[in-house]
Amino acid sequence: MKGMKRSLLALAVAGALCVGTAQAQISGNVIKIGVLSDMSSLYTDLAGAGSVVAAKMAVEDSGIEKKGFKVEIVSADHQNKPDVGSSIARRWYDSEGVDVIVDVPNSGVALAVSGITKEKNKVFLASGPGTSDLTGKSCSPNTVHFTYDTWMLANGTGTAITKQGGSSWFFITADYAFGHALQRDTTAAVEKAGGKVVGSVNVPINTQDFSSFLLQAQSSKAKVIGLANAGGDTTNSIKQAAEFGIVKGGQELAGLLVFITDVHALGLQTAQGLTFTTTFYWDMNDQTRAFSKRFAPQDKGIHPTMVHAGVYASLLQYFKAVEALKNDTDGVKIVDKMKSMPTDDPLFGKGKIREDGRALHPAYLVKVKTPAESKAPWDYYKIVSTIPADEAFRPLKDGGCSLVK
Amino acid sequence: MAAIAEVAAVRAARRNGIVTGTVVMTVLLAIAPFIGLYPVFVMKGLCFALFACAFNLLLGFGGLLSFGHSMFLGTAGYITAFTAKEVGLDPALAILAGTAASAALGVIVGGLAIRRQGIYFAMITLAIAQMMYFFYLQMPFTHGEDGIQAVPRGRLFGVIDLTHPLAMYYTVLVIFVAAFVLIYRVIHSPFGQVLKAIRENEPRAISLGYDADRYKLLAFVLSATLSGLAGAVKAIVFQLAALTDVHWTMSGEVVLMTLLGGMGTIFGPVVGAFVIVTLENYLASLGEWVTVITGAIFVLCVLAFRRGIVGEIAAWWSAHRR
Repeated sequence: MKGMKRSLLALAVAGALCVGTAQAQISGNVIKIGVLSDMSSLYTDLAGAGSVVAAKMAVEDSGIEKKGFKVEIVSADHQNKPDVGSSIARRWYDSEGVDVIVDVPNSGVALAVSGITKEKNKVFLASGPGTSDLTGKSCSPNTVHFTYDTWMLANGTGTAITKQGGSSWFFITADYAFGHALQRDTTAAVEKAGGKVVGSVNVPINTQDFSSFLLQAQSSKAKVIGLANAGGDTTNSIKQAAEFGIVKGGQELAGLLVFITDVHALGLQTAQGLTFTTTFYWDMNDQTRAFSKRFAPQDKGIHPTMVHAGVYASLLQYFKAVEALKNDTDGVKIVDKMKSMPTDDPLFGKGKIREDGRALHPAYLVKVKTPAESKAPWDYYKIVSTIPADEAFRPLKDGGCSLVK
Repeated sequence: MAAIAEVAAVRAARRNGIVTGTVVMTVLLAIAPFIGLYPVFVMKGLCFALFACAFNLLLGFGGLLSFGHSMFLGTAGYITAFTAKEVGLDPALAILAGTAASAALGVIVGGLAIRRQGIYFAMITLAIAQMMYFFYLQMPFTHGEDGIQAVPRGRLFGVIDLTHPLAMYYTVLVIFVAAFVLIYRVIHSPFGQVLKAIRENEPRAISLGYDADRYKLLAFVLSATLSGLAGAVKAIVFQLAALTDVHWTMSGEVVLMTLLGGMGTIFGPVVGAFVIVTLENYLASLGEWVTVITGAIFVLCVLAFRRGIVGEIAAWWSAHRR
């Protein structure tokens, strides 16, 4: 009797193992997407709930569920704290069966998540973070960096403004990975274009009162005040600079990373004339307009930012790779597959993902319209010039990524 | 005589209860990874439980409300992370270095703070903790908002591979239980008795010939050291030392854990820490509502069950036995 029980048990275990190997390619039979974002603080409009909407739309548009894959989306708030973000990422990978983490708009958190993703051999599709280190000295075979990075912003905006005569710069820098990377990359671009940097001040993230920093910038007599910050910090500093009459005093403000939600929050009266670089504008062509028309009602009327677009496009490419491999467990393999296939999506057009994990697509230098030029709500940008994909991002050899041979 | 015998019997019963409780707790924690609990979550709970126990040693038994204990947790975390990552020390030595740093900080802060009582004591500790916070915010080695990331877990004593989740788990468990037993011994030692006497009536303890300041300083340093141990272990477990651990909200959180679980009880802080960590873990998707919910629980605790969870159970139990 005992022997029989044991052999039954052995059979059951063997059976379970067989089932296991037959289906092991798709873990838990579900592709589980974790949207890790800022759901409550200064980056919540430019990413946040909208990134979840973008992920859902990517699932719908990819038709992946019709091809027999089940997809589930979870989301969480990293509160812009690396410790909170990394413990969520760890929990998702370890015990909740998440296969891929997307978004993560905070470079400090993103670097932590990238490290954990590599350790667990999953996939990280970074759309929210800016630091170019994600494809530079901290690059990882499990990370794809979509949408934008600090080198691209610096190269677009920094070069353009310096060439227009903004020869001396002062930086107001968000005091974490993103701000430091943006200042570093912009300084390089400004100096290359023949300008010089006269000073900088570091400001804690999510600051309400910029007055002392703006006064330092004002008294530096620099021609351009570079805002190496993002989201709520950008809008706060621009609003307060207007109150100090900085632009009227002859200095120019350069928002190095401005999202359409920031322009919306500032209003055209304050934001008009700002020049900056973006990789996506909702009113670019029929496809982007169609996407935005579906997107906006699902996210409180917010028109998609480039971060939302990046979440969507990077997931489309991910689904293609998973579909081709019939596998969602081996992160390195999936990312390799994503790199080997050209990208083609309605929002960024044709492009590719480089071996260091950088997604290449064109970037656009835009200027914010005056209130008179704007015909409709969210009609905010004039496209000044297009920077082709192969010039928009840092040359492969300059990043110092260990994956580049 | 009968009264003395009765007191002795009650004490023996209580001691038996605590010994049984400790054994049950240890066994439960030892099997936790095998009954489906996520080890990293339990380790987080253990780190905070140790932190709260250390805090309780000072508040519950010394009567000193420090509002700056995050500085000990965070300092040890940063020093451990730095020595493990940049200097390349063995994790045991890194933890030791972090703990020692907190102990040294405890001597300085304690030496200043215990000269005052009540709200002034709390304010001094808060002020110094804020100074430490901005120090860590600005120092280059802490990497500001990013924190020290990707701290290697390494090999304990060069042998035990801590990257294995269970090896890490049992290391944390051993450290926690050892510290817990140490705290229990301290509380029930003559030193602990004098500490309680000072808490109840300081002038009287002084008139009996005890140097109250020395006892308070020693209690403060002990508490700082053990808080440091919690922070050091936490840095190795999460491979990260970040500003959250030195922020003043962390000092508030440990007060909440201790009060919720039961101030002045030996198991209270452990229960309180696990309740708060569980709430934060399972309500994380609600974002900032977690703070509102823990705040509401705090108000409820103060209004309805002031002795805390374990304190109320103990009180009910002893009333029930009569």
